Amino acid sequence: MVAEPAIALHCEGVVKRYGSVTAVDGLDLKVLRGECFGLLGPNGAGKTTTIEILEGLLHADDGEVTVLGQRWKSDAATLRQRLGIQLQETQLADKLTVAETLRLFRSFYPSGPTVDELLDTVELKPKRDAWVSKLSGGQKQRLSVACALAGRPELLFLDEPTTGLDPQSRRQLWEVLERFRERGGTILITTHYMDEAHALCDRVGIMDKGKLIALGTPRELVASLGAEHVVEFALANGHAIENALFAALPGVRDVRQDDTHLHLSTSELHLTVPALLALLSRQQATLSQLGTHSATLEDVFVTLTGRQLRDE
Amino acid sequence: MSRPPSHQSSSVLRRPSSSGARHPLIELTLARFREFLREPEAVFWVFMFPVIMTCALGIAFRTRGAEPVIAGIVEQDGADDLARALESAGGFTVRRIAPDQVDRAVRDGRAPVVIVPGTPPTYRFDQARAESQVARLAVDRALQRAAGRNDAFTAVEQPVQNVGSRYIDWLVPGLLGMNIMSTGLWGVGFSIVQARTKKLLKRLVATPMSKAHYLMSHVFSRLLFLTLEVVVIVGFAWLFFDVKVHGALWSLAGLALLGALSFGGLGLLLASRARTIEAVSGLMNLVMLPMWVLSGVFFASTNFPDAMQPFIRLLPLTALNDALRAIVNEGQALATVATEIAILTTWGLVSFVLSLRLFRWQ
Repeated sequence: MVAEPAIALHCEGVVKRYGSVTAVDGLDLKVLRGECFGLLGPNGAGKTTTIEILEGLLHADDGEVTVLGQRWKSDAATLRQRLGIQLQETQLADKLTVAETLRLFRSFYPSGPTVDELLDTVELKPKRDAWVSKLSGGQKQRLSVACALAGRPELLFLDEPTTGLDPQSRRQLWEVLERFRERGGTILITTHYMDEAHALCDRVGIMDKGKLIALGTPRELVASLGAEHVVEFALANGHAIENALFAALPGVRDVRQDDTHLHLSTSELHLTVPALLALLSRQQATLSQLGTHSATLEDVFVTLTGRQLRDE
Repeated sequence: MSRPPSHQSSSVLRRPSSSGARHPLIELTLARFREFLREPEAVFWVFMFPVIMTCALGIAFRTRGAEPVIAGIVEQDGADDLARALESAGGFTVRRIAPDQVDRAVRDGRAPVVIVPGTPPTYRFDQARAESQVARLAVDRALQRAAGRNDAFTAVEQPVQNVGSRYIDWLVPGLLGMNIMSTGLWGVGFSIVQARTKKLLKRLVATPMSKAHYLMSHVFSRLLFLTLEVVVIVGFAWLFFDVKVHGALWSLAGLALLGALSFGGLGLLLASRARTIEAVSGLMNLVMLPMWVLSGVFFASTNFPDAMQPFIRLLPLTALNDALRAIVNEGQALATVATEIAILTTWGLVSFVLSLRLFRWQ
């Protein structure tokens, strides 16, 4: 078999429809072995549908999916043993202890780490005999990841594993994933946290309305904006100035306005800020707020779609 | 292929591995067992409820020994003489009744018979009530003897208490049947639907777990509980109410097993599609309620009109209760309840096959 061993996941022209809604609309994707690939996008972009098709839990209406060189149709039984899966909304049994839960999941796989090794990996040893219901949100997610690691998988699927967690819990989970990667594991993760994608992923694909609208390393995607910085400010007393004046400032590539702030994307922060201050003083406008940040994947998404990633 | 298939070792249940994990079927069954035992409400409904029920009904319908006859005497001249006569005869409780209260006392049961002193005395009693009739006869006999009557002979009296024909003897197999039904339905149905609503089923399907193992684990954990249930209920009734199993214990065990499998299959069927706990609870009550009433748990199903009997006899709980009573009360062999066994088997098989076709894992 001369399969491409370097490719962990391959899908071509994948389509999934729910009635008149097309959740995934002709998706092409390649994930390399040893890579951490992030699928980003707002709620309803089709991330979960995509990942569940790859996990063999949903059937695509059209297209080809190859996972670790195998296909769901013919190799489901062996494929299941090679994957680790964490689903978005799974609630593990409340009244089993952490160790009992892991022992249960471990029993489904022919080989893999011991329960104690798993507990060490996700730093849950002190909670060994605690009921699942007594765990914090972060601990539950780490247990859920430990269950996914129970068969020593080659490929790990994680669907929004850190949603709703506090920053410290998120970082703890990232460390678990880093350790998995150090052993050569491949990860496909969905998230709508841009900093998470930045911190974890080698490459990201941004999804919107069932399609992949951007693909590359986080650095490449941000660089594609042509502007590395964003200036955010707000004016006192609702003072209004025409956006065209801002667009004409040196270095400014893009001007965007939301409810409270103006956002200027710029490639030359050191020129834009003094020019902005000069413009405001000429217009006799007072700043109520001013800040700058390096452009992020969030800005990439906003620029591509005109919408915020996390639509509240 | 370098990896062995996951369910290779079905003959050797303990895997020779250092992971501490046993065969998935054992782990799944253990998980079910633990989850149940850690749910105090479930333990109450399965074990305590039938025991309390047996207790309450056993006490309410207990077989009474000879109790004193209550005789009312109207408060007027001659009342004291009558009271003395009754007391010396023994077996009477005398109540004094005001002259204007006589009819009321008979009506409301304060005194089933009221004697109006006189020569001869007058008996006021209710002809329609057996209790009233018996009291009249007892009072009459005592007063006649006190007045000097000699009996032609004294018969030899041998009181009989027929163990096995009391209400409690009849009730316990019915309660056992009812319990096997409700734990079978709830035990299987509830936990499956709960796992489905919590997306745990979906998570399990994403592992190499064998689906058959999952369903079988419910059956096995049911059988573990069944053993406990039967022992608790039958043991309690035997210890405290002297309810004896007249048939063979293994017949009882076999019948309980068949009942549990049959209702387990029905529970699986009810749970195969339901997405919410509310939906499956509704379905289960819909199935169980008619059987509580019709299938002869608390009173005989023969109380219902003849036209309904063929239908009632086909209900699984009727079959189970009838068969249990034949074994427990009448000491019959399993062969005599072949029809009931066939009915239960059919229910179990049909629902199991149907649920395998209908079952939704996600």
